[in-house]
Amino acid sequence: MSKTIFTIPERCVACKSCELACAVEHSCSKTLVGAMMENPPPQRRINIESVGAFTYPSRCQHCSEASCVSACPTGAMQRDAHDAVFSDSDKCIGCWMCVIVCPFGGVTADQSSKKALKCDRCPDRVAKGEAPACVSACPTQTLLYVTPEEFATERRKATAKAAFANSEPTAQPNGMDILRSLKRAN
Amino acid sequence: MDQSILPVIETALLKVAHDKGFETARDRLEAMSPQCGFGELGTCCRICYMGPCRIDPFGNGPKTGICGLTPDAMVARNLLRDTVGGTASHVGHARHVLLTLRDTLNGKAPYQIKGVSKVMALAKTFDVPTEGREVNDICRDLVNIALEDFGRQDEEPNNWLSKRAPQVEQEMWKNLGLMYSNPHNEIETAMHATSMGNDADPMSMMLRVLKMSLIDGWTGLTLTVDLQDILFGVPEIAVTEAAVGVLEENSVNIAAHGHNPVLSEKILEWAAKLEGQARDLGADGINVVGVCCTGNELSMRHGVRLAAHNSQTELILATGAVDAMVVDIQCIWPQLAQVAKCFDTAFITTDAMVRIPDAIHIPFEPHHADDSAKEIVLKALDAFRRRKGKPVDIPQLKSQAVAGLSVEAIINLLSKLNAEDPLKPVLDNVANGNIFGFVGVVGCSSIKFRDNAMTEEMVKHLLRQNVLVLTTGCTAHICAQDGLMTSEATYRYCGDGLKTVLEVLGKAAGLDGPLPPVWHMGACVDNSRIVDLMVALAERLGVKVGQLPAVGSAPELVQEKAVSIGGSFLALGVSCHIAPAPKILGGPMVTQLLTEGLQDILGSVVRVELEPKAAADWMVAHIAEKRTALGL
Repeated sequence: MSKTIFTIPERCVACKSCELACAVEHSCSKTLVGAMMENPPPQRRINIESVGAFTYPSRCQHCSEASCVSACPTGAMQRDAHDAVFSDSDKCIGCWMCVIVCPFGGVTADQSSKKALKCDRCPDRVAKGEAPACVSACPTQTLLYVTPEEFATERRKATAKAAFANSEPTAQPNGMDILRSLKRAN
Repeated sequence: MDQSILPVIETALLKVAHDKGFETARDRLEAMSPQCGFGELGTCCRICYMGPCRIDPFGNGPKTGICGLTPDAMVARNLLRDTVGGTASHVGHARHVLLTLRDTLNGKAPYQIKGVSKVMALAKTFDVPTEGREVNDICRDLVNIALEDFGRQDEEPNNWLSKRAPQVEQEMWKNLGLMYSNPHNEIETAMHATSMGNDADPMSMMLRVLKMSLIDGWTGLTLTVDLQDILFGVPEIAVTEAAVGVLEENSVNIAAHGHNPVLSEKILEWAAKLEGQARDLGADGINVVGVCCTGNELSMRHGVRLAAHNSQTELILATGAVDAMVVDIQCIWPQLAQVAKCFDTAFITTDAMVRIPDAIHIPFEPHHADDSAKEIVLKALDAFRRRKGKPVDIPQLKSQAVAGLSVEAIINLLSKLNAEDPLKPVLDNVANGNIFGFVGVVGCSSIKFRDNAMTEEMVKHLLRQNVLVLTTGCTAHICAQDGLMTSEATYRYCGDGLKTVLEVLGKAAGLDGPLPPVWHMGACVDNSRIVDLMVALAERLGVKVGQLPAVGSAPELVQEKAVSIGGSFLALGVSCHIAPAPKILGGPMVTQLLTEGLQDILGSVVRVELEPKAAADWMVAHIAEKRTALGL
């Protein structure tokens, strides 16, 4: 499976570096200073949402069975060669069916262009072998660019590690305990 | 979480603003939220151009700055720069007042020496001979002693620190290397030390934070207040009113906003002189009202009514009833000019250091104070002429408030109970528990804490537990607006012990009822009055200030000045509650130092509590510990 963007929300500190990097990547110049001078200004496709004391970087999940793609009456919403869901603005008629059906609020109804605006997972960067702009900009590794398999593997390892984080050596060690203590020493 | 309650005055003011379609700070806060965690934690370093650098609080990303600076050094360095900002503000204020006094004595500035008693008291402190001398000559000596502090390069201890601060504490500061000489040199050194590639030791920088705070305490606050009392008089107990309802539809409303009475005293003077012209325009008169801390200065010395604390400044303009808002220094929101533009309001800046786009700028400096003040008041009359007859929207809300509780006013009052030993009645009541302790509630009003009425509710919890509240600055406005500076508040909120004491004091003061339970001691710069009172009590008892059952609280911290003021309390051994959390939590060692370790060094700690009851409970528990240690 293709790499996609995963989120570990408890790491988010709301610095909004992802929002800024996203807008810059979707500008004409692709530089911060250049992007600031563009008119209309470039739009971000990721939003930091507050949930009490926590914050969550919210964006398109690039669903495998994407309801926005099914709901789009003009075929604007489609999938690219890297499995990323993107909207072809030439075909988009601004009916907002995608906005309605997206369970994550991942599509924005852009008021100025009257087109659907969403994460395209930075095809230019991905083509160069780079991670999407938000992932590269994230200083706390809240956003990760990995395959679902890689993410799940990491999660499994972390869960397993956490399960034994506080395990104490037993008072009367059995054979397994001795074996483990030898492994630990190495 | 405590119940969410937006004070009625804020509710009414916000309605006025929203009805007229104004965006307010609350809207801007919402747009700004969530705010960046690196900034909140203090682990964003923007000092050099390899940066900005940010430390990942979860340990997955960068662990140091590009130069290798540790998170603790980063937060300490940022905190030191905050403290420099606060101290520079107060020291600048002090120097301005000092030069005004000097020029007054030289006949170059149109002010008078109104606080002769203060001159005499300070002459005694500074060993200036008074026998057979003119007041102006004595005063000139005091000015020279103060001027020497700003020019010295001999590393000798600063005059205002070494003569005005308590001796026992000075020993403690000497041992820690915290004594200072010339405040300007220290501000320069701190900025130098925090620039790229200098001090990287968090402990060294935290000591500098304390030293900078001491400068704020003794040169920033104490010197300013001493000299302002000389120029404008020592405050005496006066009754005033507070909240937006003090604006009058048919008067020329002039709101004095900022911190420096060198301007606002002259505005008040010229408002009285031009009253006739206002009446000729069909106005009932000129209504000078106080905003923020220059408002507190005027209320302390003249009973001028208080219109708004800092976070209400844009809201009172939205009433359309303010003819002129004249500002000097500190805490002036640029937004004010934008709101003023929508009405006939003349928004007037006066200080070269405070220039705001779309404001009218009328330069004000002491030499030509009368000309400028007259011009400013005339601008207000002009604005009234344009406004007259147009609808205004003034929420009819205000409270009575007793102000003017300088240390001298308090001692005068106590002398009526015990002329020989005025502090004894207070100490007796502390000993018997009628006064459980003291909390100095100081600092700003924050848009982040108005929703839960942080200051008012915290104060009420304290009063119920017989804690006497001394307040200054914008928290004083909050308390005044909420009716906490009235006799009724004593009946309504105080525990029985405190009520008894305040009834006796009210009778001595000749009031109809008890003295209010929250004492208005002035502007934020007047925190030195709270310190003077605590020092007097400690010296009378023969203990250190830090041993008193007293705590400081900045429940709605906004300005850097509140950080350095808090530091000056800590340096005296007085623990402080603050909200929100200081920007240090990204540095575990600095956090540990401020919240625990300081106890062993100075006898004080910092405590963060964001809810009013939790804050009050901690302070009461802390006071209880101090009482136990004193054997009470």
